Amino acid sequence: MTAYLLKRLAIAIATLVLASMVVFAVLEILPGDPARLMLGMNASADQVELLRNQMGLNAPLALRYLHWAGGLLSLDFGRSYTYSVPVIDLVRERLAVSLPLALIALALSTIIAIPVGLFSASRRGRAGDTISMGAAQLGVAVPNFWFALMLIYVFAVWLRLVPAGGFPGWSAGVWPALKSLLLPAVALALPQAAILARVTRSALIEVLNEDYIRTARAKGLPYRAVLWRHALRNAMIPVLTILGLQFAFLLAGTIIIENVFYLPGLGRLVFQAITQRDLIVVESVVMLLVAAVIAVNLLVDLSYAVVDPRLRSRQ
Amino acid sequence: MTLHIDISEETFGSTLAKAFRNTAFVAGFVITLMILAMAVVSYAWTPYDVTKLVISDKTQAPSLAHWFGTDHFGRDILSMVMVGARNSIAVALVAVGIGMGVGVPLGAFAAARGGLVDEALMRLNDLVFAFPALLSAIMITAIFGPGAVNAIIAIGIFNIPVFARVARAGALAIWPREFILAARAAGKSSAQITIEHVLPNIATLLLVQGTIQFALGILAEAGLSYLGLGAQPPMPSWGRMLFDAQTRMVVAPWMAIFPGMAIVVAVLGLNLLGDGIADILDPKSRRQR
Repeated sequence: MTAYLLKRLAIAIATLVLASMVVFAVLEILPGDPARLMLGMNASADQVELLRNQMGLNAPLALRYLHWAGGLLSLDFGRSYTYSVPVIDLVRERLAVSLPLALIALALSTIIAIPVGLFSASRRGRAGDTISMGAAQLGVAVPNFWFALMLIYVFAVWLRLVPAGGFPGWSAGVWPALKSLLLPAVALALPQAAILARVTRSALIEVLNEDYIRTARAKGLPYRAVLWRHALRNAMIPVLTILGLQFAFLLAGTIIIENVFYLPGLGRLVFQAITQRDLIVVESVVMLLVAAVIAVNLLVDLSYAVVDPRLRSRQ
Repeated sequence: MTLHIDISEETFGSTLAKAFRNTAFVAGFVITLMILAMAVVSYAWTPYDVTKLVISDKTQAPSLAHWFGTDHFGRDILSMVMVGARNSIAVALVAVGIGMGVGVPLGAFAAARGGLVDEALMRLNDLVFAFPALLSAIMITAIFGPGAVNAIIAIGIFNIPVFARVARAGALAIWPREFILAARAAGKSSAQITIEHVLPNIATLLLVQGTIQFALGILAEAGLSYLGLGAQPPMPSWGRMLFDAQTRMVVAPWMAIFPGMAIVVAVLGLNLLGDGIADILDPKSRRQR
C-alpha cells in the first residue's frame, strides 16, 4: 500500500511539473507583447525595450521558466499587467468567492445525489426508480448556464427572492454574501447531482448483487441496515472518483456561471485575463486549478484506502 | 475474417428486434433523428430567413406567426434554432471524429505494445486530464481566435484521451482471449490482430462513448459560444442565442427558453441513444437490470 501511494505521489508531482511546462510553453507562443500592452500603443520602442528588460522578458527561455516555476513554489506569482497588483492578492480575493461557491455546489450535489441513488437502487425497476432516473437523465442534459438563466428568471425577476447577479462581498455580512451565491451554487450543483445519482445507483446495484449482501440479509439484518452499512460503503469507490472529478469540473465550471451572475470569482478573473492578454494572471490561475485537480485526485486515491480496508493490505 | 465473440449467437435481426423493445434506444433514436432532420431541413427551408433583420417585429412573444417568438432584431427564433442545430451537430461530430481518429489508434497501440509505451501514453493521458477541459478550451479559442473551427479543435483535443482510455481498456480485455492466441499462432502481426480482431470487438464500446462525447460536445460548444468564443454572428448558434437572451430576460424570456430547450432535447436524445445501445449490445449491463 505504501509503495502504491508513493508511486501515486511521484506521478502526481511529475504531472504537475509537466503541466507547468505545457502552460509556460503555450503562453510563450501566444501573440502580443506584454510590455507593449502595459505601455500602450504610443510608447517608443526604447521604452518598451527597457520595460522588457525590467520584466525579465529578454532572458533565455529556460531561465525564465525556472524563475517562474520557482516563484510559483513560493506563492510569488508576479504582478498582474492590467491590475498592477501582485497576482497572489488578486487570486486570494477571487478565491474567497469561487471556493465557497464550488464547495456549496459540491455539498448540494452530494446531499441530493446520494439519497436519490440509494432510493433508486433499492427500488430497482419500479416506478420510483424509473421516475428518479428519468429526472437524472434530464438533469445530465441541462446546460448549467441555461439552468442558471431560468433560475434568475424565476427567483430573481419573477419572485424577487434573491439578487439576479453581483456579489456584495463578505464584508457586507455572511447572509447577503451567501444569498448571492445561492442561485449560482444550485445551477452548478443540479447537473452534477444528476450524474452522481446515476453513478451511485449503478455502483449500489453492482454491490447489491454480491454474495455478502445475501449473507447479511440471510442473517436477518433489516434491508435498510444492509443498504447503508454494507452496500453504500462498498459502492463508495466509484462515487468518490466521480466526486473528485466533479470538484475539478466545478472549479472550472465557475468560469461560465460566474459570467452569468457577474460574480467576481476566479473564473471571471481568468476569463477577463485571457481576453486582456494578462498572461501572468492566466498562467497563475491555470496552474492553481491544475494543482487543485491533481491534489484532489491524489486525495481520492488516498481515500480509497480509508473506505476499502482490502486495499490497505494489498501490495 | 472478423470474429464477434460477444454477439456471435445473435443474428442481426434478433438484435434489431431487441433494439425496438428497448425504450431508451427508441426514444433516443427518434429524438436524435428529429434533431438531425431539423438541421438538414434548415438548408432547404426555414419558416423565415434568419439573415433578414425585421426591426418592426422585434421581441415578439410566441404566436401562430412566430411559434418560438422573435429576437431583438426581429428574427424568428424557430428558424434560428433550426439553423443553429447545424452548427452544434457539425462542431460536436467533428470533435468526436478527432477524438476517435487520434485516440483509438493511440489506445489500441498502447494495449498492443504494453510496457513502457503503454505507461508513457497513459501518463500523457493523465497530463491532459489534469487540465480542466472547459478552461483549456477557453484558452485555445482565446489564443487562436474565436470561431467554429477553433471550437472544434478545442473540444476535439479533449476527446482524444477519453477515446484512448476507452480503447485501451477495451483492447486489454480482448488481448488475453483465446481467439487472439489462435490468430498469433497463425502468424499474424500485432497490427493485423488489432485491426481484424480487437477493433471489431470494441466497436460497441466506442460507439457508446461516441454518443456520450457527441452530447458533451454539444454542451461544450454551447458554453463556448455563450462566452462569445464559438461560431460568430450572423451564423446562429444555440449558445450565442442564450448570450443575447440574457440581458433581455425580463422583456423576452422566450429568447432564452427555446434555444436552451433545443440543447436539452439534443443532449437527452444522444444520451438515451447511448444508454440504449449499451443495454442492447452489452450483456453485462443487461444483467444489472
